[in-house]
Amino acid sequence: MAEFLAYLIAGLATGAIYALAAIGFTLVWQTSQTINFAQGEFVMLPAILILLAVKLFAMPVWLGVIIGIVVFVVIFGWGFKVIIVDPMIRHGVLPLAIATMALSIIMKEGAKDGFSAEAQRFPSIIPSETVLFLGVSISLQHIAIITVACLAIGTLQWFVTQTKTGRQMQAAAQNPGVALILGIPVAQMVLLTFLINAALAALASILISPVYLAKFSNGEVIGLFAFIAAIVGGFNQVRGALAGGLIVGVIDSLAAAYISTTYRLAVPLVLLVVIILVKPEGLFGRQEERKI
Amino acid sequence: MTGAQGLNEPRMSASRMDGVFLALIAGAVILWFAPVGMGRYGTYVLSLWLVTAVAVMGLNLTLGIAGLKSLAQAAFMGIGAYATALLTTKAGMGWFPAFAISGALCFAVGLVLGFPALRVKAHYLAFVTLAFSTLVWLVLRNEQWLTGGVFGLPNIPRPVLFGLRLDGALAFHRFVVGVTLVLALILWWLIRSPWGRAFLALRENPVRAASLGIDIRAYTLLAFAIGSAYAGFAGALYAPLVEFIDPSPFQLSASFFLLLMVVAGGSGYQLGPFVGALLGVVLPEWLRFTGGLYLIIFAAIVVALLIACPQGVLGLIERGWLAMTRKPASANLPAKGKLP
Repeated sequence: MAEFLAYLIAGLATGAIYALAAIGFTLVWQTSQTINFAQGEFVMLPAILILLAVKLFAMPVWLGVIIGIVVFVVIFGWGFKVIIVDPMIRHGVLPLAIATMALSIIMKEGAKDGFSAEAQRFPSIIPSETVLFLGVSISLQHIAIITVACLAIGTLQWFVTQTKTGRQMQAAAQNPGVALILGIPVAQMVLLTFLINAALAALASILISPVYLAKFSNGEVIGLFAFIAAIVGGFNQVRGALAGGLIVGVIDSLAAAYISTTYRLAVPLVLLVVIILVKPEGLFGRQEERKI
Repeated sequence: MTGAQGLNEPRMSASRMDGVFLALIAGAVILWFAPVGMGRYGTYVLSLWLVTAVAVMGLNLTLGIAGLKSLAQAAFMGIGAYATALLTTKAGMGWFPAFAISGALCFAVGLVLGFPALRVKAHYLAFVTLAFSTLVWLVLRNEQWLTGGVFGLPNIPRPVLFGLRLDGALAFHRFVVGVTLVLALILWWLIRSPWGRAFLALRENPVRAASLGIDIRAYTLLAFAIGSAYAGFAGALYAPLVEFIDPSPFQLSASFFLLLMVVAGGSGYQLGPFVGALLGVVLPEWLRFTGGLYLIIFAAIVVALLIACPQGVLGLIERGWLAMTRKPASANLPAKGKLP
């Protein structure tokens, strides 16, 4: 039982990371029909940028973190939208999706050639210790990840549902035409979702890299889990992506512990196919109406 | 979903299609004689180009003609390559039956994989194939008793044709030219057939296609399965070409790379796969000096192409040709008015 709880908490921690990535992915998809296949690389890169800043300019880690995040959000929030999405969206969804695949190759190879092909240690604020709680040894880092991620997602949920800007953002996602007529600055709202996506990815990167080390190829697995989390939870909602992320994380952790470590990646595939067969709109999603 | 039609609008006039036919024959004749004096390695690169082009052709049908995103083309190629390797080495089968079984296997797996995904939404196929790619790679790496794991499968024999052994680089290259030509002609015929028209209709407007009595689900599934079968054929050619296979060329990133080749060449154009594979396979040989940066350069070129001209290199050439011959623009521009 104690063992089970430990795996459960580890699963919730990685699940929280997948949830952060899945939420950003969902937001961007909703507001701009952009299926970002580089989402995993979006989580991989900020940690690399921070390490690069620290190494190149010999700056303290906290400054590196701030500069890394700002640079990342500017390039992959604003720049991604202005340079890649805006000129391409008029050609349709398909070319854009393929462009994000190209972007994922560029980011991955860039991190490999520009930084390192080896996994690098990433400094952590939280000591990598475990505490005994009711006979269960719990990693402090896992607790910290869950706490920070939940705070961030809670804040986002509050922002989206309670503030005026957040509600405008939702309106812009649901019906851009009507939103525009009502005087909502749709273009700015779309940009805002891209910035939020980049910020969530950067947060996920800082949280996960102390545990799993910073490596150029991290994005593949994170991206795969984030896509599956988004589909399992349902694309329409923040809470869907949150639940999807946690479910996928826990299932992955338990599968690795009790089924097979070599085939842990197969479990989400099975989950994905089951969800698509049984409840294709996702556990928390609404059925989308068809556009002709 | 209005998403798919942006990539291309190939003109389907009869004369153009005959142009494709003539180009395929002429290309085959040139490539038959091309490697004379090029040495073993040059010949190998040309063969690899054609083998990759076969996989890209299949993906061109899936993506360019039917408008579906498959992220498992390299995984299907892996299935074909391993099936051929195992059947020819361990089961002692000839290459031709192994080739047929590889294609059939990928076709069947494509049906099984595509069925749940395409039941819902076309872009769910992307995520299912993404996860499938990872799974195939895991199986290839972990099931050592069958696949040899990371050590791979060595000593894959080359085919024997009418008692003639095709062991030499040139002989095998000519064999690859022949098989590629046959596969390309089959696809050329298929796209001209009513089936091909139905695939195009699917991409352009699925709802309208359905209202015309086209069974959307059956045709999308069929397009995906045929595209996957071509990856299986490509794998069956790849295994004897390299004579040693391991899991690394069939990873997810290789599937992304194949998709980029479709787009770079000109998605939906029948000669596009050859141009795309040329950019993806042969060009790196000339750009050796860039070292590992080639992938980045290639991906950046594709992004730039997608922004400037989503129809790829062939679309760019066609646009230039139209501008030079100064035909009335209205008759030749895509009907949907997708261009600026």
